[in-house]
Amino acid sequence: MDLAYTEEEEEFRARLREWLAAVLPRLPAKPGPDDWPGRRAYDTAWQRMLYDAGYAGLHWPVDAGGRGATPTQHLIFLEETERAGAPYVGANFVGLLHAGPTIAAEGTAEQRARWLPPVLRGDEIWCQGFSEPGAGSDLAALRTRAVRDGDHYVVSGSKIWTSHAEVADWCELLVRTDPAAPKHRGISWLAMEMDAPGVTVRPLRTLAGSTEFAEMFLDEVRVPVSHRVGAENDGWRVTMVTLSFERGTAFVGEVVACRRTLAALAAEARRGGRWDDPVLRRRLGRLNAEFRALWRLTQWNVSEAQGTGGVPGTGGSVFKLRYSHARQELYEAAAEVLGADSADLDREWVLDRLSSLSYTIAAGTSQIQRNLVAERILGLPKGR
Amino acid sequence: MDFQLSDDQRALRAGVRELLAGRFGRDRMRAALDAGTGIDRALWRELGEAGFFALRLPEAEGGVGLGLPESVLLFEEVGRSLLPGPLIATHLAAGPVKGAAQGEAVVAVLDPGQSVAHLGEADALLVLGPGGAPRDAARVRDAADPVRSIDPFTPLWRIAGPVEADDPLPGGERLRDEGALLAAAEQLGSAARTTEMAVQHAGTREQFGSPIGSFQAVKHLCAGMLVRTELARCAVYAAAVTADPVEIAGAKLLADDAAVRNARDSLQVHGGMGFTWESDVHLHLKRAWLRSGQWLTAAAAEEVLAGDLC
Repeated sequence: MDLAYTEEEEEFRARLREWLAAVLPRLPAKPGPDDWPGRRAYDTAWQRMLYDAGYAGLHWPVDAGGRGATPTQHLIFLEETERAGAPYVGANFVGLLHAGPTIAAEGTAEQRARWLPPVLRGDEIWCQGFSEPGAGSDLAALRTRAVRDGDHYVVSGSKIWTSHAEVADWCELLVRTDPAAPKHRGISWLAMEMDAPGVTVRPLRTLAGSTEFAEMFLDEVRVPVSHRVGAENDGWRVTMVTLSFERGTAFVGEVVACRRTLAALAAEARRGGRWDDPVLRRRLGRLNAEFRALWRLTQWNVSEAQGTGGVPGTGGSVFKLRYSHARQELYEAAAEVLGADSADLDREWVLDRLSSLSYTIAAGTSQIQRNLVAERILGLPKGR
Repeated sequence: MDFQLSDDQRALRAGVRELLAGRFGRDRMRAALDAGTGIDRALWRELGEAGFFALRLPEAEGGVGLGLPESVLLFEEVGRSLLPGPLIATHLAAGPVKGAAQGEAVVAVLDPGQSVAHLGEADALLVLGPGGAPRDAARVRDAADPVRSIDPFTPLWRIAGPVEADDPLPGGERLRDEGALLAAAEQLGSAARTTEMAVQHAGTREQFGSPIGSFQAVKHLCAGMLVRTELARCAVYAAAVTADPVEIAGAKLLADDAAVRNARDSLQVHGGMGFTWESDVHLHLKRAWLRSGQWLTAAAAEEVLAGDLC
């Protein structure tokens, strides 16, 4: 058990810090939450800066245009960028963390050459067309149909919870290509152009008041067969391979952010005289234990991935379960610190409290995660 | 950074598990419970010979020369096995208290204001607080009353008056932190064990024509137990590496929580059997309750962790 970083890793950290200190002051002002074109421009500009400095696709394999960094270097990158207050991955999320790695792992040489460089440069934005109104936790029950017509698929159906759909160029789309097959075996993975005829995007308003995601209606959209990644009807496996990768380090920056927020909450409590309340003080103390341990769990998972050649273990579900609840607890504590001001949407942490309600639902609900932990880690029998 | 067990650490853990399974397996454990015989001095000496107490003493002083992470792995196994006795205090006293390293002397711990466990059989006492001086157990025993302990393996004594300290120990101020860390390791082992017991039961016990572990209500209890255990594991192992007091406080807090709540959930999964004396779950729960009140309580740990935010 070694928590010290090697000389090489510290060198990597030092260079990154230097670069962040030089470039972050040059960033333009952050756009408002509902300014989607502004958000796209901001996020892609940041991605371009990363690309030019050699930090784009850090953990992607070299033959996919990445830097082939170790999981530990990736961890340091996420830790330092968050610590420095650098922008989040934002609109680049699906391209960098999901569609891109899927294409890198399963795409042909032509597909990789067509789609990966624009993701790394921040030229193209991807969104995710997985969930449907009738297929949420039971994703494999999806019904959007793709029917072969010559060298095209004709796609009809609807998708939901599609983040960044308004500004995306491409959509990684799961479609049913064989309605007669068992539900996991009749699915294919397609790359769909968002400006193709028949694609309609309708923004959905979240309980926080913003339009974080959208509904997407597909009416006989023509997608070239050459835009299918992986074999026909093999889309479920193609997708699951990369979904498990995403869980390893997806929340590293957020744990760092939570620890910063917790320190700010303690400072705010002292300013407001609430620090003398032992119940509140100890609640914040307990959260400190929680986020410190989540950080250690991240290091544990990354070390494990390093030992297995990058394949993440089952620690992702354990982390996601605990983290999503802890983050909601953090903003509950923030509301207590704020007191009456917790009803003021313009106060820091109030919108975060609302946004955090999605954490136990998005990317696999806590209930689904518990099934995964019970069945895949503990080996309990599958239920019906 | 490589935050995983090394091959040597894995081997140590396997060795300790094997030793305890051989010397204090379930039959021996239940026999000791029924007989109420207290500390098994012969076993204590065997542990001493195996280097259990002298693990962290330098080799030049007849010790094994290992560090806190190795001690943590050892006490995690103790927590799994339910082995009774003031093992942590004796481990911490190896060196300053004659005979502790060899398992000849049994050393209990006196934390002012708390009951003392195993005082009746102790040869010496570590006094927590400034100095942490070892005291003559017999003198303290004269001023103490036995308590009918909630844990049948852990006799308790209530101290009536204040206790004067002897000469302070060198490095005595670290005793509470190290004791809290090792207690957290025991809690971790117990939490992992009660999880295994629940999973084992849920996978075999059938109701409504299916193993109860196929029902989500049961499955989710078990998943929650694993999550608590694994988070506590990372906190405890990291605290063993850094020996940082704030990190130790966090580890104790999370490990106490994991041990107590997992034992309770395991009891629930075991249903009516879980409420019987015959089941081992209550033994884990009772010990976990006691350990939660020892070395560093939740309230004290939370204050340490809150102080770190300032």
